[in-house]
Amino acid sequence: MIEQSLTDLWFGFGVALQPHNLMWSFFGVLIGNLIGVLPGLGPISAIAMLLPLTYTMKLVPAILMLSGIFYGSQYGGAIGAILLNLPCHPPHAVTCLDGYPLTKQGKAGTALGITMIASFFAASFGIIVMIFASPLLVKFAFKLGPAEIFSIMLLGLLAGGTMAKGSALKGVAMTVVGLLIGIVGTDVNSGTARFTLGFVELQDKIDLVALSLGLFGVGEFLRSVNRIHIVGSGTKVRLRDMRPSKAELKQAFFPMVRGTLIGTLFGAMPGTGPTITTFIAYAVERKISKTPERFGHGAIEGVASPEASSHSKTQVDFIPTMSLGIPGDAIMALILGALLIQGVQPGPQLISEHADLFWGLIASFWVGNVLLLVLNVPLIGIWVKLLQVPYRYLYPSALFFIAIGVYSANNSLFEVGEVLIFGLAGALFATLEFPAAPILLGYVLGPMVEENFRRALLLSRGDMMVLVKRPISGGFMAVSALLVLTQLFFWLRSALRESIRKKEARARLS
Amino acid sequence: MQGFINKYNRDYYGGALMLLLGLGAMLQGMTYPVGTLSRMGPGFFPVSLGAILALIGLIIIATAKSSIPAGEEVHLPPEWRGWICIITSIFAFIVFGIYGGLLPATFAVVFISALGDRQNTVKQAFVLALAVTVVGVVIFWWALQMQFPLFRWG
Repeated sequence: MIEQSLTDLWFGFGVALQPHNLMWSFFGVLIGNLIGVLPGLGPISAIAMLLPLTYTMKLVPAILMLSGIFYGSQYGGAIGAILLNLPCHPPHAVTCLDGYPLTKQGKAGTALGITMIASFFAASFGIIVMIFASPLLVKFAFKLGPAEIFSIMLLGLLAGGTMAKGSALKGVAMTVVGLLIGIVGTDVNSGTARFTLGFVELQDKIDLVALSLGLFGVGEFLRSVNRIHIVGSGTKVRLRDMRPSKAELKQAFFPMVRGTLIGTLFGAMPGTGPTITTFIAYAVERKISKTPERFGHGAIEGVASPEASSHSKTQVDFIPTMSLGIPGDAIMALILGALLIQGVQPGPQLISEHADLFWGLIASFWVGNVLLLVLNVPLIGIWVKLLQVPYRYLYPSALFFIAIGVYSANNSLFEVGEVLIFGLAGALFATLEFPAAPILLGYVLGPMVEENFRRALLLSRGDMMVLVKRPISGGFMAVSALLVLTQLFFWLRSALRESIRKKEARARLS
Repeated sequence: MQGFINKYNRDYYGGALMLLLGLGAMLQGMTYPVGTLSRMGPGFFPVSLGAILALIGLIIIATAKSSIPAGEEVHLPPEWRGWICIITSIFAFIVFGIYGGLLPATFAVVFISALGDRQNTVKQAFVLALAVTVVGVVIFWWALQMQFPLFRWG
């Protein structure tokens, strides 16, 4: 088993190191790193913007590049958080808490150095987990019928909704909105055009690129225009500052390991977003620390642990996407979308049918992470300068790239209009404090959920109990029910406390 | 928009929006054959999702009162200039894309959206738009040979 995996990995390195693939992988991590550094642009926008470019590319380099953007942006996000206290990328917001105080103390180099080491360590661990866990998961996955797949997806959707930022109910509502958006277009079974509002263009489904760039690009600009003001910190980071001392390394080592494990755990769970992962890693670190009062004033543990967790999660995230075809969060939903566009049917057969893609991707993670490490050390000066690009120049240029990116997907200006509509919707949802990420997950999973639900009930002749009766499916349904019940419990408890508090306040008044 | 929507009424509006979307999806879904559980028609899934969404909307409205967060809310003034400029700029890209071509469309989207930022002067917006247009034409028209003529009239 292990030997087989190692042989496959060796084969993967062969694929990843082909000059053509290596070039695209390098391009991906570079763009990802750049986008991660630039304030106000997240990895979702970056992947969506470059998605049309992959239509003409071969499968392997296309996926290597898009994945490179994802993990490359993780490295970039930390730089802005540490140097400028910019919480532009939610998963790295927690890094600001201790990273920025370190910068103010003149230890920015150390914080960055520790971040790089923690990131690389965590990513490597995540990759190793992926190498050994994926084939095991595939064996299990072949036993799954439509009922089981539906239950797993239901769990993923519920988890994605409830674990999102803010109210769980609103998250689930957004998931359903995403599922409804996924319905728009021609139904594969009957050929009926659904929710097209009379537009011929909509019969071909809503474009993934337009949806994600609208929600996360234009929507974000509408929210932050004239509201983001970046003040440069004027920090200069020199190369030799980045080497942490032995004492600092020792201090950061166990937090790094703990962060990695938390990230791995959350990556394997469907639907848990990256932001909640880093926040939990930070909270754990503060709780078990002997000197919790140092946190928030430049504790190196508070940088090492969340950064490590975000990187191991990033890599482990790929496991359910690649081996089951079920994405865990919005970014994985985009990667899955890219696979579908390339004509690859995601699912347990992917590893055997597209072995070059799967093992090449894993090997490219390692190559990419090494590239990022090598890239970030000398380029840190350039990144610092880029951080100071004013937002007022950034967003108009980005709007052009969004418009042209969406147009190029199908050479259609109609889809540019879709971006505008979804941008407005995204801004409205954000104002009403509804999270947008579950929409994307629902949109990508929607057609698969419907297909499997229909098939499962067709096979059971309309008996809904099939979802509970079959052991694997029943297990996942039970976990889903548990998830809903715990949310209900937390909500009831806080509502009860609130009413008691109000009663006491009233009693005091009278 | 922030003054209009605040922490006291946010969930009422949010829940109402979900209720409307849900009911809309149900009504539209019912125009397609719904079918039975064992033989679902194309209308089955939309109608059930619409019902779920409407239900969630109702629950959000019902619990809106108890979920008002304590503490002060940061009030951001509405940003009409930024919003109008960004929306107009994308609209301009579409219109100039049809009746003008890539070059005017590119210039328009950057120029108009840049005017949305209060710190940008007209001159700065013009220079930025010019620079992005040059870069855009070189990348997309010349290097990537995109199917989008530089100039066209309708």
